[in-house]
Amino acid sequence: MNIGQFLTILISSLFIYNVILSRFLGLCSFVAISKETKPALAMSMAVLFVITMSSAITWGIYRFLLIPLGLEYLRTISFILVIASFVQLVEMVIRKISPSLYRVFGIYLPLITVNCAVLGVAVLNVDMFFVNGKPLAGSFIYSVFQGICVGLGYTLAMLLMSGIRERLDFCNVPKPLKDFPLAFIIAAIMSLSFMGFNGFFR
Amino acid sequence: MGNLLKEFSKGIIKENPTFILALGLCPTLAVSTSLINGVGMGVAATFVLIGSNVIIALIKGIIPERIRIPCYIVVIATFVTITELLMKAYSPALNRALGIYVPLIVVNCIVLGRAEAYASKENVIRSLFDALGMGAGFTLALLLISGIREFLGSGTLFGHSLGFTFDPASVFSMPSGALLVIGLLLGFFNYLKQRKA
Repeated sequence: MNIGQFLTILISSLFIYNVILSRFLGLCSFVAISKETKPALAMSMAVLFVITMSSAITWGIYRFLLIPLGLEYLRTISFILVIASFVQLVEMVIRKISPSLYRVFGIYLPLITVNCAVLGVAVLNVDMFFVNGKPLAGSFIYSVFQGICVGLGYTLAMLLMSGIRERLDFCNVPKPLKDFPLAFIIAAIMSLSFMGFNGFFR
Repeated sequence: MGNLLKEFSKGIIKENPTFILALGLCPTLAVSTSLINGVGMGVAATFVLIGSNVIIALIKGIIPERIRIPCYIVVIATFVTITELLMKAYSPALNRALGIYVPLIVVNCIVLGRAEAYASKENVIRSLFDALGMGAGFTLALLLISGIREFLGSGTLFGHSLGFTFDPASVFSMPSGALLVIGLLLGFFNYLKQRKA
């Protein structure tokens, strides 16, 4: 475990392999909820929280349940179930203890269950930090840290996009391109500029 | 019979999952770098769609209303796992190329969307044809996008050169090219729709 490794994870998941602009995970919510900055930020915070927690939980499931029992092939089915029930639990807890917080991002929580970014990071962690069924040293910390960084990368893309689209509302754009198509073209240009970070690490 | 044919054909044009419903875009963009990958993803997703639609149409009577979504996800995840294992065994190269996007078929909104919107209400045969049509529509969309990207990005089709050479714009093989192609295609289909209306 060293600082360099953490820095690599941070930079690569924020800029080089940004979840949205380069890995194409969580595109549906990215396009659907990035019309205004405020809901975009609320959604990003919800995603950040869920990805971080589910990275920790799925690491535990894989390490202590699936590997000892030789059931690695069940990872997809067990991860998605764990994520779905975890999201449900979070929703209930938030509704109980803080109705105002629930109003801010409660409606986005069910959407996160089918957000491919969450399952994607869980699978990615297992692919990256387990070699032949053995966890690498410090794999738990790396998994959780990668979860945080991917969540931050999602937030970054969301905020950039919603800022641009808020201004775009006042522009006169060709009618067939309005909304979805234009959002993708903007994302293409953003992705193009993020390509500048390629080759940061060799 | 004509009715079933209509169930099949609506998925290809009128309700094309990619261009009209704009569902399941993540895998569409990520794997469409070459035609081979696009076809592989299309076939895998079609297989999962058929399996989950048929099973859900069969067991819809015994699923309690309130926990239907988790039940659907378990059925879908089972078929995704089958696909993953089959692909690993028979086509390891394709499995490597598609990477984490194979397990991610679980969260492809097309599959869950058809289960919720169609298979949970209709009988088995109609659900089967619906799945076939949606799968075909998805595969065709992938063919179109990956064809454009492979042609412009590397100057080949299915890995074969076309007999004439030009300088390929490699940006189309990269993520930003995918976003640009899908944005323009969505705009083009919107244009056709608005002109008809």
